[in-house]
Amino acid sequence: MTTKFTTPQSVIIGADQLDRLIKALSGLGYQVIGPKLEDDAVQLLPLTGADELPLGVVEEQAPGTYRLKPAKTPAYFDFTHGAHTWKQYLFPPKEKLWSASKTPKGLVIDDSMDTPKYAFIGVRACELAALGVQDQVFVDGEFASTPYKERRERVFIVALNCRRSGGTCFCVSQNTGPNVKDGYDLALTEITDKAGHRFVVEVGSSRGEEFLAKLETSQANDTDLKVAKKAVKKAAKSQDRTMPANTADILLRNQESTHWQDVAKRCLDCGNCTFVCPTCFCSTTTDETNLDGDTASRWRQWDSCFTLDFSYIHGGSIRRDGAERYRQWISHKLTHWHDQFGVSGCVGCGRCITWCPVGIDITEEVKALAKGK
Amino acid sequence: MVKVEGLDKLLAEHPFFDGMDDASRKTLAGCARNECFDVGDMIAKEGQPAERFYFIRSGSVALEFHTPGQDGLIIETLHDGDVFGWSWMVPPYEWSYDIRVTELTRVTSLEATCLRKKLKKDNALGFELYSRFMPVIAKRLYSARQQLTDMYAKK
Amino acid sequence: MSAKAKTDPMVPELMSISVRRKELADTFTIELDPGKAGFEFLPGQFNMLYAFGVGEVPISISGDPAEPESLVHTIRDVGAVTNALSKMKKGDQVGVRGPFGSCWPVGEAEGSDVVIVAGGIGLAPLRPAIDHILTNRSKYGRFVILYGARSPEDILYMNQLQKWRGRLDTYVDVTVDHAGRDWAGNVGVVTRLIGRANFDPRHTKVMICGPEIMMRFTIKELNQIGVSKEDIYVSMERNMKCAIGHCGHCQFGGHFVCKDGPVFSYARIESLLQVRGL
Repeated sequence: MTTKFTTPQSVIIGADQLDRLIKALSGLGYQVIGPKLEDDAVQLLPLTGADELPLGVVEEQAPGTYRLKPAKTPAYFDFTHGAHTWKQYLFPPKEKLWSASKTPKGLVIDDSMDTPKYAFIGVRACELAALGVQDQVFVDGEFASTPYKERRERVFIVALNCRRSGGTCFCVSQNTGPNVKDGYDLALTEITDKAGHRFVVEVGSSRGEEFLAKLETSQANDTDLKVAKKAVKKAAKSQDRTMPANTADILLRNQESTHWQDVAKRCLDCGNCTFVCPTCFCSTTTDETNLDGDTASRWRQWDSCFTLDFSYIHGGSIRRDGAERYRQWISHKLTHWHDQFGVSGCVGCGRCITWCPVGIDITEEVKALAKGK
Repeated sequence: MVKVEGLDKLLAEHPFFDGMDDASRKTLAGCARNECFDVGDMIAKEGQPAERFYFIRSGSVALEFHTPGQDGLIIETLHDGDVFGWSWMVPPYEWSYDIRVTELTRVTSLEATCLRKKLKKDNALGFELYSRFMPVIAKRLYSARQQLTDMYAKK
Repeated sequence: MSAKAKTDPMVPELMSISVRRKELADTFTIELDPGKAGFEFLPGQFNMLYAFGVGEVPISISGDPAEPESLVHTIRDVGAVTNALSKMKKGDQVGVRGPFGSCWPVGEAEGSDVVIVAGGIGLAPLRPAIDHILTNRSKYGRFVILYGARSPEDILYMNQLQKWRGRLDTYVDVTVDHAGRDWAGNVGVVTRLIGRANFDPRHTKVMICGPEIMMRFTIKELNQIGVSKEDIYVSMERNMKCAIGHCGHCQFGGHFVCKDGPVFSYARIESLLQVRGL
């Protein structure tokens, strides 16, 4: 979905311009979505102004742990990401596919839909990579999902270069971040130094360039760019979690390992990892009928390969125990994804590690398998 | 002698004897005879002494369990190239099923007492024969077990 | 609100039932009217059939590919959707999405012997391949159809099997697992028919459809007589919700059974069949 675009010079906007950015996007008919504090976590929610952004907040992330705390520096984006992913807007957790009504002339199908125009504020490099991965599933294959495609084509992306890594991040080892590469309209890097709270803005599309005219900008100088670059480098350096380079092979070689049983003893089969994963795309369809029985609707909703029903064929489920289900999830993500889409299904965001209630670490499990445990 | 040579040739044509050396086969042919059965003939009945065992040259027979008041329950049908009647090898040498002929069937059969006597004297021939029986028995057992799975039933 | 393009692959087309026929105690056939355009498909492909308010289910197409004016499905009543479909009458509407998936290698098989091995309802997905081969009979070598069913009462397409058997250019052998004396045919597993079917194991394409357990036994037997893995094709069954590779349910190793299958060469999936719970 990326378009070739010659990047113009980077510019600087003051931190005060964020509010203008959000309001200008709203003015253009975009529903602006961005980070917001809710229930002691950073969530991705509709925004009306910059005052709703979590200023001066960072978080502690570790396997099975997520806690907010005040930041030393009052920056807008020094927290990383919470449980929410952008996929919940482009590929909603539950969505009506169509409905059918009984009429005297027979059944009539209504497949009209509401296609919101979103603007995403603060899309990180790993998340941009994840959008690209989901595009391959829903748009680039033999069959395209019309609702996904329409939403995806309309979305305005304000990306963000991370200058701080979360405790479970490993985007460097997955080669997806922390600096954004392409697929955005505008990309921000936050700077908070003596010269002031400001953002370096890179332009990634003509739509972004056109939009930039609505903000007060100044030319970025070499120091600004250096500071921005250095901050992102520092974030990269701070990551200590890595995924082994030959992960796809490690898993393929160990399909019959006894280690799967070891994971199964810890895994609760809750499916959290699949719901917080920005690339997991599995869904099921459900049917609802009105009480009068004259109208029925079909819905697509997120599903998880950790449920027993997931692999059900008449007579029983194929993956009957937790070991088989965990193997399916991780093998699909890290091995089969390469066969199916030519890339890894993991962008290194670390959400599955943070939000696993028992702290199962995808990178550690691969390493344990590699050791033949 | 002429008769024995003819039977030997018939045995050689049966897949059971593929690759068996001539001397061994000729020894076995000494216990053999040719038989032909019509549709409906009962070649054997459960519990009767197992005095012969059979190589089907052409035709088919049904291996059945007798159920009082009902027709036989067919376990398996056997055809050209199949063998039946290995009860001759297993004490107390009694048939375990009924064998009913379902189409005109030509067989070569070996007489059990004659055979047992020869094998006692010639252990190598005994080993040869048993080595050929084992795969046949294993395959039939495997087939029977497949049937037991009732794989086409609604789950 | 904007109108969604009619091409969305999740939206079915409505078709009326033109013929409904009982096949067996729990199996029935519906013929759908696809309209003037007809419904073109390849042997082995399947459709998603929707029963109003109940849901969708993947069903192989079992009609003759040379007759696109009628869309034929033979269905076994095994779940909520198939049960709802079983209660439908002539004139009722069914939602149809498809055709989806890979096909039997009827093209690759030209010039060689063809052996069809079907078990139970597995004959239905193979019938379009049989029809295609009989329509183009001169392009193939020896043609063998082997069919195993549970009992004589469970033999699908009995009349057609008899017609095929009546042809001089087709060898048909049928067996059942259980029978009484009123059955004059074979009793025993379908693998027992392979040895006497008299085809050239080195120049043949074998197409197998039935319960996975039956396919495994059949493959083992075929390997023993020298049929190469590349020449054996099977139709796999997995849970399917979308049929377009979006829902993830039908994954089998790196394959999506809905679009990479359901028909696979055995060589392609052999290693996967050996790992349980994939």
